[in-house]
Amino acid sequence: MVSGLINANPVIYEKKQRRVRRAPSVGDDEHAVEPIDQIEFEARFVRVFIFLTFLNHVRDIKDPEHPYSLEELKVITEDAIEVDDNNSYVRVTFTPTVEHCSMATVIGLCLRVKLMRSLPQRYKVDIRVAPGTHATESAVNKQLNDKERVAAALENPNLVDMVDECLAPSYA
Amino acid sequence: MTEPSQLTQHIESFVDSSRSSTQQAASLDTIVSLVKNDVVTISSLVREMEMYLTTTDNIIRARGILLLGEALKCLSSKPLDAATIHSLMSFFKERLADWRALRGALVGCLALVRRKSGGMVSSSDAKGVVESFLQNLQVQSLGQHDRKICFELMECLLKCYPCVIASMGDDLIYGICEAIDGEKDPQCLMLAFHIIEVLVQVFPEPCGPIESFASDLFGILSSYFPIHFTHPKAEEDIEVKRDDLSKALMLAFSSSPLFEPYVIPLLLEKLSSSLSSAKVDSLKYLSYCTSKYGAERIAKHAGAIWCSLKDAIFTSGQPLVLSFTPESLGGLSCQENEIAAEALTLLEKSYNEIPSQSTQKMYSVGRILYVSVKASVASCSRIFQNFFPCLMESMGLPMRHGAACFRDFLPSLSKIFSSILATSTDKPSHDADVYLGVKGLQILATFPGGYLLVSKSTCESILMTFVSIITVDFNRTLLWKLSVKALVQIGLLINGSNQSEKSMSYIDIVVQKIVSMISSDNHDIPFQLKLEAISDIGTSGLKYMLKIVTGVQEVICANLAEVYVRGNVKSTKVIIHLLECYSNVLLPWIQKYEVFEDVLFQFVVGIWNQIENCMAFPVGICEKELLDATMKVMKLAVACCSVESQNIIVDKAYTVLSSSTFLSMKDSLSSLQAQLEELEDTQEMVKFSSRDEWIHSLFTSVIIALHPQTRIPNIRTVLHFLMIVLLKGYVMAAQALGSLVNKLDLKTSGTEYSGGCTFEEAMDIIFGKKLSSSDHVPAERSGITGDWSETGLTNLCLSATNSGLLKIHSFVGLAWIGKGLLMRGHEKVKDITMVFLEGLLSNGRMGASPLEENNCNWDMRLSAMKCSADAFQVLLSDSELCLNRKFHAIIRPLYKQRFFSTMMPILQSLIIQSDSLLTRSMLYRAFANVVTGTPLIVILNDARKLIPMVLDSLKLLSKDVLDKDIMYSLLLVLSGILTDKNGQEAVIENAHIIINCLIGFATYPHMMLVRETTVQCLVAMSQLPHARIYPMRIQVLQAVSKALDDPKRAVRQEAVRCRQAWSEI
Repeated sequence: MVSGLINANPVIYEKKQRRVRRAPSVGDDEHAVEPIDQIEFEARFVRVFIFLTFLNHVRDIKDPEHPYSLEELKVITEDAIEVDDNNSYVRVTFTPTVEHCSMATVIGLCLRVKLMRSLPQRYKVDIRVAPGTHATESAVNKQLNDKERVAAALENPNLVDMVDECLAPSYA
Repeated sequence: MTEPSQLTQHIESFVDSSRSSTQQAASLDTIVSLVKNDVVTISSLVREMEMYLTTTDNIIRARGILLLGEALKCLSSKPLDAATIHSLMSFFKERLADWRALRGALVGCLALVRRKSGGMVSSSDAKGVVESFLQNLQVQSLGQHDRKICFELMECLLKCYPCVIASMGDDLIYGICEAIDGEKDPQCLMLAFHIIEVLVQVFPEPCGPIESFASDLFGILSSYFPIHFTHPKAEEDIEVKRDDLSKALMLAFSSSPLFEPYVIPLLLEKLSSSLSSAKVDSLKYLSYCTSKYGAERIAKHAGAIWCSLKDAIFTSGQPLVLSFTPESLGGLSCQENEIAAEALTLLEKSYNEIPSQSTQKMYSVGRILYVSVKASVASCSRIFQNFFPCLMESMGLPMRHGAACFRDFLPSLSKIFSSILATSTDKPSHDADVYLGVKGLQILATFPGGYLLVSKSTCESILMTFVSIITVDFNRTLLWKLSVKALVQIGLLINGSNQSEKSMSYIDIVVQKIVSMISSDNHDIPFQLKLEAISDIGTSGLKYMLKIVTGVQEVICANLAEVYVRGNVKSTKVIIHLLECYSNVLLPWIQKYEVFEDVLFQFVVGIWNQIENCMAFPVGICEKELLDATMKVMKLAVACCSVESQNIIVDKAYTVLSSSTFLSMKDSLSSLQAQLEELEDTQEMVKFSSRDEWIHSLFTSVIIALHPQTRIPNIRTVLHFLMIVLLKGYVMAAQALGSLVNKLDLKTSGTEYSGGCTFEEAMDIIFGKKLSSSDHVPAERSGITGDWSETGLTNLCLSATNSGLLKIHSFVGLAWIGKGLLMRGHEKVKDITMVFLEGLLSNGRMGASPLEENNCNWDMRLSAMKCSADAFQVLLSDSELCLNRKFHAIIRPLYKQRFFSTMMPILQSLIIQSDSLLTRSMLYRAFANVVTGTPLIVILNDARKLIPMVLDSLKLLSKDVLDKDIMYSLLLVLSGILTDKNGQEAVIENAHIIINCLIGFATYPHMMLVRETTVQCLVAMSQLPHARIYPMRIQVLQAVSKALDDPKRAVRQEAVRCRQAWSEI
C-alpha cells in the first residue's frame, strides 16, 4: 500500500449547480413514458461519486486529507455522462486526478458494477478514462470494457467485497 | 525653649498609638500650622523627629514617618527649597523598602510628587522613586489603603514625569502589570484603569514597548469586563459607582489602538451575553472604541460587528414586541431600549466609516432601523434625525431641514414609498423596491400609538394606496400579493390593539371597497384575485369577516336570483367561484370562532326564500357544478347553525318542498307502492324538473347537516320522499336517509311533536313492512338468518324480477342507510349486510348460466353484484359528504372494528364454500373493501389468517383494469402488514406466497402506484430471515430487473434499491 497520498495536493473545482427536475404535474398521464435521462443518471450516481471519494482518499490511503467529492475533484462531471435511452447506450468518462492514479481501474470497476445493477439489461455500458488524463489510458479502457476481465474481477471475492462496500451507501 | 518642647509634645502625641485619633489629628494640625507659620522649619522638624524616624521600634517608626508624610501632604503649597525636597525625597525613596513603615513613605512620596509650586521634585528624584517603587513594592500584598496610595503615586508619577518614566520602558510596564494584576477594590481599580490609560499615553509610538505588552495588559483588563458587582448591596456604601468604574475601564480599553485585536472580539462575545448590563456595556464600549481606534482598524471587524449588532438589536426587539402589553412596558422595555439606543449610537458612527455599498448591507441596515424604529419612540426620533436627511439626499429628493421630530417626516415618507410603488415595474430587478415600499407603508400604518404619531390622514392615505393597488395593479403579481398581505397585517394589528378609530377607517376604506369590488361588474380584475383578496382580508379580524361574509352572501343571493330568473350564464360562473370560496375559505374560518350563526342562518333562509319565490326555472341552467357548490355551502352553513335555527330552516325547507310538483301530487303513504310500480315499469330514469331537482338536492343537504336534536316535520313524508328520490338514482337522498337514521332518536315515542315518528316506524317505512308483497327470497344459506326477507328496499335489492338499475339504486341506498346505522351501532345493520351478502350470492347463482340471458341483463346483474360488494366500501370508509363529525353524526367508538370482527368469519366461510368463480370474485371484492376500510391495527391481529385471503383477493382484482383503485388500497394494507412489527410472524410464515404474488404485480400495467408499492413491498421482504427468502432470490431479481426498465422513473428508482437489497442477501 502507498504510504503517502498519491496526489497530495489535488485541484479543487467548484461544485456545479445541480439541475432540478420539474416536478411532475398532478394530472400526469398514467401511461406517459419517462425516459431514462442524464438527470436521473446523475441522481442515481451522485452517491457513488461521493463514496468513491471516500474510497479514493480514505479507504486505501488511510488519510482523510481530502474530504472532497469526485465531483469537486472533477473526476466525474455531469457532461461526462452520455445517455441514449432509445439506443440503450451509456458512456461514462471519468478523469483521474493525476496521471498515475492507481485507483483508476477500481473507480472504473465500481462505476461499471453500479451501472450493471441499476440499468436494464438492454443497456450497453461504456466506461472510459478521459483522453490524455492517464498514463496507461488505453490499457485501463481495455480492462474496464473487457467483459471477460470484468467478470473475472467479479469472481474475485475480495474485489467484489470491496466494490460492494464502496457501493453500499449509494443505495441507501 | 518652649517651641521645641511643644513640638516634641505634639510629635509624641501623634506617634503614640495609644492616643485617640482625634488627639492625633489635632497634634498633626498643630505641627502643620507651626511649620506653615515658619515657627518651625521643615529641617528642624525632621531633626526633632530623628529618633522617631530611625528607631527600630516598627510601630513608632511607622507613626513617625507617617507624621512626616502627612505633614508634607498638608504643606503642599508651602515653598521648599530644592535641597530639602531632595533630601526628603531620598529619605522616602529609601523608606519604600521598609515594608513595616510603608504608609508614611508612600504618603510622603505622594505629597512631594504632587507638589505643583514652591519647589518640585526633580526628574532624577522622580526616577529614583519609580525605581524604588518597582523594586521594593509588592502592591498586591498591601492593604487596601496602601494600595490606593501606591496607585495614586504611580498615577501621579506617570502624569507629571512622563519623560522620565518613558525612559524606563519594559521594566515599568511590567511592574505596573504586576501591581494591578488581581486588584479587586473598586477605588483602587479606578486608579488602576486610569494608570493604564495614562501609561499608554506615555508611550505614544505604535511600535514601542506597549505593543509587546498589549496582550498582557489587556489580559489584566479584560478580566474586569463587564463590570459587575457580585455584592450589589455593598455598592451603595462605597463612593465608586459601577458606571464610573465602567467608564474608567472603557477609557482604558480605548486608550490604545493596539488593544483593538483583543478588545473587539471580547466585546462582540459579551454582546451575546444574557446579562443585559453586559450587553449595554459592550455596546457602549464598542461605540466608544470604534471612534477611538479609527476606521481602518475597525473595518477588519466590520462584518462581525454587523452580525452581532443585528442579533443584539433583534433579540432586544423581540421581547419588546411581545411585551407590548402596558403593564410590562415600563420595566423591561426601558432596559431593552437602552440596548437598542446604544446600538444605534454605534450604528450612526459606523455608518459613515464602514463602506456599505452592497445591497445586502443596506438591507441589514434597513432591518436594524426597522426594528429600532419599532423599539421605542425615542430611538425612532433619533434615527429619523440622523438618517432621514442622508436617505433623502441619497434619493435625490429635496429635504426640508429643521424638522425636529420624526413625526414631521412621516407624510413625506409615506409619499416616497407610494411613489416607489408607483414607479417600479414588475421586473425582477424591481422586486426589492416593491418589497421595501410595501413594507415601509405597512410599518407606517401599523405604527404603535394610535394617531399620536402617525396622523389619521397619513394612515388613511396609506390604506387608500394599498386598496388602489389591489383594484388597479392586479397585473403586477408581486406587488399585488404583498399589498394584500400588508393589508391583512395592518388589519390584524388594528384588530388586536383595540383602536376603534383606526378600525373604523379600516372598515370604511378597505373592507367596504373590497366587498364592493366583488359585487361590482368590473370584470377587469380576474375573479380569482378578487376572491383571494376578500378571503385574505377577512381573516384579519372578526369584525371585518362579518362585513365580508355578509357582503359575499348578498352577492351570492343577488347572483342566484339572476340565475333563477334570467338564466344568466355569466352569473353562474361567478356564483360557482363565490360559493367555492365561501365554503372552502370563509366557512372553515368562521367555524373556528363559532360566531356569526345569525348571519349564516339568514343566508340559508335567504336562499330558500329565493327558490320559493321563483316558480319557473329557465331551461338549461341547472348546471351540475352550480348545484353541487350550492349544496356544499348549504350543508356547511346549516351544520354551523344551532338547533333552534335548524328547526326553523327545516320547516322552511319543508314548506318549499311541499310546493314542489313532485311531492304535492303524491302525499300519502300508499302512493309509494304506486310509485315503485311506476318506476319499475319505466326502465330509464324519469328526470325531475330543474326547480324540483334544486329543491330536492337542497332539502337533502339540509337533512344531512342537521343536529340529532333538530325536529324534522312530517318525518314520514320526508322518508317517503327521500325513498323515491333515492330510487330515482340520487345518491344524496341515500346519504340523507343515512343521516336521518343515524340521528333519529331511539327513545322518543314519536308523539312529542306533530309529524314525528319513532325509530321503528322509520325503519318500517324504509324496509317496507307494510308494503309487503310478493316474493320472499329463501333465507337459508350458509347459516344466514334474520328478518331481512321483508320487502321494501330489501326486496328491491333481491328480487330477481326487478330491473337492474332499480336494484343498483336500492343497493346504494341501503349502503348509506347501513352506514348510518353502523355508525350509531344499531343492530339492524346486520340485516342489511346480510342483504348485501345475499345479493352477492343469489346473483352469482343465477349468473352461473349467463348464456341463457341476454347480454344487457347480464351486464346489469354484474354491476348490481359489484354494487352490493362495493356497499361494504360505503359502510366502512369515511365520507366527506355526510355522516361525519362536521355534520353532527352519531359515531359509536370502534364501530369499524366491531363490524370487521363480525363480518370476517362470515366472509371467510362464504369464500370457502363458494363454488362459482364469479361469486368468489365478488366475495373477494367485498372482502377487499372490508379490509381496506378497517384500521390496520385490527388487521394486524388477524394477519396470519388474512394474508392468504388478501393475496387471493389481489390476484383476482388484478385481472380487471377497473379494479385498480381497490387493488391499490388493498396492496397498501399488505404493505402495512409487511412493514409492521406485529405482522412479521405471519409474513414470515407466508413469505413464499407473498413474494410469488408480488412478483406478478411488478409489471402491473395499469397503475404506476401499484408497481411502485409492489417493489417497495419486495424491499421490505428482503429484511426477513435469510433462510426463508433465499430460495426466492433468483425469481425476485428477475422480476425486479424488468422493473428496472419501467417507463416510470419512481418505479425504476425503487427497483434499483430493491435489486441491491435482494442481491445482497
